[in-house]
Amino acid sequence: MAIAASARSAIRATLACAVVASAAAVVTAPSTTLAQEAQPPAVAPAATTREPGTQQITILLVRELVDRLPPLSLLDQPPKDDGIAGARLAIDDNNTTGRFLKQSFSLDTLEASDPAQLIADTVARVDKGAGFVVADVAPDTLVKLADALAGKQAVIFNTSAADERLREEDCRANVKHTAPSYSMLADALGQYLAVKRWRNWLMITGSNADDKLWADALRRAAKRFGHKIVEEREFKYEVGSRRSDGGYEQIQQQIPSFLQGAAAHDIVIVADAARLFADYFPYRTWEARPVAGSAGLFATAWHPAVELWGGTQFQNRFKRLANRNMRPLDYNVWTAVRSVGEAATRRRSADAKDLISYMLTPEFEIAAFKGRKLTYRDWNGQLRQPLLVATDKLHATVSPQPEFLHQFSELDTLGVDKPETRCRAYAK
Amino acid sequence: MTNKLRGVLPALTLASVVLAASPAAAYTVFVTNEKDNTISVLDSVKLEVVNTLKVGARPRGITLSRDNKWLLVCTSDDNRVEVYDAKTLAPVKHLPSGPDPELFIFHPSGNPLYIANEDDNLVTVVDVQNDKVLEEIPVGVEPEGMGISPDGKILVNTSETTNMAHFIDTATHKIFDNVLVDTRPRVAEFTPDGSQVWVSSEIGGTVTIIETATRKQLGKIKFEIQGITPDAIQPVGVRMTQDGKWAFVALGPANRIAIIDAKTFQVVKYVLVGQRVWQLGLTPDDKLLFTTNGTSNDVTVIDVEKQRAVKSIKVGRYPWGVVVAPF
Repeated sequence: MAIAASARSAIRATLACAVVASAAAVVTAPSTTLAQEAQPPAVAPAATTREPGTQQITILLVRELVDRLPPLSLLDQPPKDDGIAGARLAIDDNNTTGRFLKQSFSLDTLEASDPAQLIADTVARVDKGAGFVVADVAPDTLVKLADALAGKQAVIFNTSAADERLREEDCRANVKHTAPSYSMLADALGQYLAVKRWRNWLMITGSNADDKLWADALRRAAKRFGHKIVEEREFKYEVGSRRSDGGYEQIQQQIPSFLQGAAAHDIVIVADAARLFADYFPYRTWEARPVAGSAGLFATAWHPAVELWGGTQFQNRFKRLANRNMRPLDYNVWTAVRSVGEAATRRRSADAKDLISYMLTPEFEIAAFKGRKLTYRDWNGQLRQPLLVATDKLHATVSPQPEFLHQFSELDTLGVDKPETRCRAYAK
Repeated sequence: MTNKLRGVLPALTLASVVLAASPAAAYTVFVTNEKDNTISVLDSVKLEVVNTLKVGARPRGITLSRDNKWLLVCTSDDNRVEVYDAKTLAPVKHLPSGPDPELFIFHPSGNPLYIANEDDNLVTVVDVQNDKVLEEIPVGVEPEGMGISPDGKILVNTSETTNMAHFIDTATHKIFDNVLVDTRPRVAEFTPDGSQVWVSSEIGGTVTIIETATRKQLGKIKFEIQGITPDAIQPVGVRMTQDGKWAFVALGPANRIAIIDAKTFQVVKYVLVGQRVWQLGLTPDDKLLFTTNGTSNDVTVIDVEKQRAVKSIKVGRYPWGVVVAPF
């Protein structure tokens, strides 16, 4: 587990050990008298006291440290362990199951701000046998990483990038996506607005490249589900310092005047991928209209208030582990790490080649607190999943909406479907 | 006052049954309402709610002591098992249960009680006479279903995220085998002769039949309903008639129960009930089956012989568990 190539990896090794140890602690915590007999050898820190015959599975979490502008609301500031905590919970869950099958899971984290370094480190780890790479990296890095690992015995899970091109023209056969794409998020919202018959959209788009991608997906959803974008406006916004005393006085004037004189609309749709300004819009519109998209009502893979489908225990386990709410990135990472665990359980194997090929079969499915089985699309590696359409406090609904049918899976009404895909890597 | 009334009611209904020489005996049906923090008490002849009992937070699993004196409820959010006098409904005591109890089952001898702690990956063994936790058995992630062999020697627990049926020796409290089943196993039910365990998998959409002696899979029941998407067929509750002829499986958001020939494992009929049907309860004479329909807030009564629904009865919000008392 420990690789002493650099100072960074020394830290990594310590981290990974800490994770394994905490998994053991969780299992044996309930009773001290029980701990001795309850703790199966497989759960003990596997690197040191591994029972003969225990299958060891290491999952590599690869994080690109990107300088991002902070989101507008203090409530949305990402914690330092965003995503990592989701991985730790999944490792714990995998180990609780694994101890019955003599399988032991551990987590190893690579972090770097230089993509080239990150890719080189990852390749080195894969060459030493790490087969499962869970990535929280920028879209360009993901493609380069996938190409660097092409032909090797490894699979990458994209847990954070929503960009359509990663599933379409730039798709790679060694990449799976647990993060929903922009089009899935837009379709989840678009379906619900169709059910509500809030058909006339006034669309506001930010100036960043990601905002344009998000807006493209929303336009596509509008067309698919019979909405009309009555007008589009670009919100040119200099973020500046997120925090300053005062500020609401100006915003209170700026937002309504920005929206003044727009064509008649039912709803204001704001495309602001990084949530840098969208939260300025609710309750400040010129007309009394709801806001959706990046503020107000939004689509998401996970929400900290969801208790549907056994979610309560899942949320509780996470909070006990991380002392905070579970965020969508944590959920996407959890699902990726659990996918490996589920494959290992079903195949009773730790062999990367075996597990990767099993994850490509139609039999592979996972339960991830979405009320139905989740599977990966066989044409681009995207995880099919219901999406929550929510406000900050609570989900309003879950899409796909029952009104939208599909010949194979209703979940394929969200996002780019098989007949439309431009991904060719999986066809080979 | 309500207690007095309650005491009188069963006596009255019993009398009326005798007088009318009705073919159906009068039983009391208890239904937990997860959202309301109440238990609806139904009369199996009148087929109506005759009483509503306030209980602790988030009542789910419900059962009777083997001597039928106590009514026990898992009040999950209060982290305890509440015990009521089954006839008077007077509170008796609370049992220590471990955190977040969801489902439980008594040893055939009447003691101990085995409780699945969904939030803590444990099965807690409780001595109900001395209110003592005897043992905590670590199991898989999110333990839920609990079945016990008729001879009391084998306890089976299912864990929802680990996807296993854990076979536990009740003498040693040790797991002696783990059987992998389809995703999200919810309920484990022994056949009356103890030779098989039926395990429902909610997300997997199947019921796995395991031979108790060998832990080998004897069969797997799959369900197919015209006009219902396969993902919506989510088996949860499993019950069997004492003669071992019929099995019933609640299919969740498919809004139906399946009636299965327990010998051939073939589905013979689907019966439409309420929405998101989860748990099932049979009357002691196996003539009526009660289903809890979570999102339609009602209970459907099924005539077992005619294999059809006879009535739906409105209860509280999000009815979850059901048990029928022989009085």
